[in-house]
Amino acid sequence: MTIEELQDIGKIEKEKQEGFKYRIHVCVAAGCLSSQSGLVKEALEKEVARRGLESWALVKGVGCLGLCTAGPMVAIEPDGLLYQGVSVSDASDILEALGGPPVNRLDCSAHLPFFARQKKIVLENCGRIDPESIEDYVAEGGYGGLYSALRTMTPAGVIEQITKSGLRGRGGAGFPTGLKWTAVSKTKSNVKFVICNADEGDPGAFMDRSVLESDPHRVLEGMAIAGLAVGANYGFVYVRAEYPLAVKRIRTAIARAERLGVLGRNIFNTTFSFDVTVRLGAGAFVCGEETALIASIEGRRGSPRPRPPFPSELGLWGYPTLINNVETFANVPPIIRKGGAWFASIGTEKSKGTKVFALAGRVNNTGLIEAPMGTTLREIVFDVGGGIIGDRKFKAILTGGPSGGCIPDQFLDMSMDYESLAQVGAIMGSGGLIVMDDSSCMVDVAKFFIEFCMSESCGKCVPCRVGTVQIYNLLKRITEGGGKPSDIQLLEELCDLVKNTSLCGLGQTAPNPVLSTMRYFMDEYKAHIEDKVCPAGTCHMNPTEESQ
Amino acid sequence: MDEKEVDRIKVNEDRRWRLVNRTMRLHGHQPDALIETLHAVQESFGFLDLDSLKYVAESLRLPLSLVYGVATFYHFFTLKPPGDHTCVVCLGTACYIAGSSNILKTVEEQTGIKPGETTPDRKLSLLTARCMGSCGLAPVVVFDGEVHGKMSSASVLENVGRLLNHDD
Ligand SMILES: Cc1cc2nc3c(=O)[nH]c(=O)nc-3n(C[C@H](O)[C@H](O)[C@H](O)COP(=O)(O)O)c2cc1C
Ligand code: SF4
Ligand code: SF4
Ligand code: FES
Ligand code: FES
Repeated sequence: MTIEELQDIGKIEKEKQEGFKYRIHVCVAAGCLSSQSGLVKEALEKEVARRGLESWALVKGVGCLGLCTAGPMVAIEPDGLLYQGVSVSDASDILEALGGPPVNRLDCSAHLPFFARQKKIVLENCGRIDPESIEDYVAEGGYGGLYSALRTMTPAGVIEQITKSGLRGRGGAGFPTGLKWTAVSKTKSNVKFVICNADEGDPGAFMDRSVLESDPHRVLEGMAIAGLAVGANYGFVYVRAEYPLAVKRIRTAIARAERLGVLGRNIFNTTFSFDVTVRLGAGAFVCGEETALIASIEGRRGSPRPRPPFPSELGLWGYPTLINNVETFANVPPIIRKGGAWFASIGTEKSKGTKVFALAGRVNNTGLIEAPMGTTLREIVFDVGGGIIGDRKFKAILTGGPSGGCIPDQFLDMSMDYESLAQVGAIMGSGGLIVMDDSSCMVDVAKFFIEFCMSESCGKCVPCRVGTVQIYNLLKRITEGGGKPSDIQLLEELCDLVKNTSLCGLGQTAPNPVLSTMRYFMDEYKAHIEDKVCPAGTCHMNPTEESQ
Repeated sequence: MDEKEVDRIKVNEDRRWRLVNRTMRLHGHQPDALIETLHAVQESFGFLDLDSLKYVAESLRLPLSLVYGVATFYHFFTLKPPGDHTCVVCLGTACYIAGSSNILKTVEEQTGIKPGETTPDRKLSLLTARCMGSCGLAPVVVFDGEVHGKMSSASVLENVGRLLNHDD
């Protein structure tokens, strides 16, 4: 395949689609599918056929349109109209309205700030292309980055652009991607691996899932570019078995890419080969940790091992291995196409580009969003998120899931970047954002997360295996009304111990939600312990029962 | 396990084993095929019983203890046969904030079983999950593989009632 052939495929596809006066995009990502968008798509297709408009209107399945809570979502192009809560019976009205005023009852322009405040790099194709069509991806410039990397750049040149872009890992820790790629590229080995971490363990986060379901080729292209840069010919996508649709779409994408010759042997008629295999996770949070993930691909229990040695030296089956998150890879093709300097011009001084967030909890607009690094929390919660449900009072926002922290309202104007979040005791994490209002009890939330870590602890090291149980028992006692004043200090000591002596990130970060709620909501702890009341009314207090 | 036992399992070989065997063949019967193979067994039979674990161990030349260890480590695998229907209550953060613990309590009271258990008439298994990735629709409950969003105690009662009274 030459670049001309690739461009031809894209051009033909574009012309084909633009030949239709109207394109009706129906969201077929998991959120909307579960509110029956599949049936809506069928109904629209039938309606088009019934009216004999097959050459005039195209009905196309697309990935997540973002406002998942209002699904099934439908977009009308080229008008840029958005419809929400569409049902099968709306099909006729939607077609009737084409070219005229929109169907008022479905119109979603009230949510305009939700869309206007976002900036899309990773999600640029989400909701625009058919995730099962490689031609559609190519029509948007897809695989052009891989072509440039292969035919016009050296591996070192590719890494230079990634380094220059300032891209940092989106899996949680924010490690500079350029440094990681350099480390793997410098190892001397004939066999190296690239792994895409799609385990997405944070419960309440769905960014990686949405990217895989909506634009799977972008991730494959990013992985292939990485393979070229570090000298690896094999890739693995490790994805949760709980995401069957994402698994199906990434498998379809691999097959189509191989057929087109942009994956597999002799890509773009060069000597470069890159094969990608999908591996299923099996529901263990710890397998998101890179050494545990590697053990899992090898078919073993997902137990982490001490680092160093890092996977970049000693990874899958002992070979040098590059491991990055889905979103990290998804940022790579645009960086190669537009240059590292372009990417570095977006965001803050130390956090470049955008971040995809899964916004959920007590906000009006829950869904998938992308905003430049440095956007304030207020903008995310109140502009994009449309404020708190029922106009209740904002209490805190949780970032980073079970490893993260709660940020209270005094920091609403804080910029969302790696450093600022760390300063207030939270982390960027992978992008799960859970908004809480005054109906949530912060002690209960801390208990919820420590319970999660307790049951997900792999049991390999004592501080985490035993410590999380101890912390849980203390919090349980406090939320049941049996807390003692000395429990606070005990909690602090235990958290400190678990944080500093656990073997892997799970244990090291497990106390974070407890510590951050103690830091900002000590009055709630005190109310539970001293007054035996739960201010939010969540906990069932049994103060008479004196537990020890 | 002795050879006869392997034979017995192989004799019983039906269509469902073919998927399992194909998975192992695809991975050249290497040890790293284990998790993929267990997925195939669970997909075919709904759960992992001791016979299948033995068969997989034998076929991949792995100690049964290791196969058992892996099967029990991962929450996705179940060693007990599920009931006719399943009800999975999501206990991920978004669903938790939206009140999923009350929904779980409702189901527990209605069915008299705890997560991981099946009703005595084997009609319904109750399970919990950590995020189904449909947090925009929290709280989420999955009935027989179908995601239902924005559930309330009333709507979950109705669905569970339907499954419990369903005869087939
Ligand atoms: C307990 C634990 C769970 C993790 N879960 C994930 C995950 O679900 N997805 C992910 O990409 N990274 C996860 N990580 C981080 C990975 O270990 C690793 O740092 C990351 O995949 C590297 O990719 P990046 O540099 O692109 O962020 C987890 C780490 C720990 C300690
Ligand atoms: S001591 Fe217990 S947990 Fe450890 S290996 Fe032996 S049986 Fe397993
Ligand atoms: S910190 Fe926890 S999860 Fe990590 S190795 Fe130790 S016991 Fe396992
Ligand atoms: S899943 Fe349809 S809009 Fe997100
Ligand atoms: S937390 Fe329940 S679907 Fe995500």
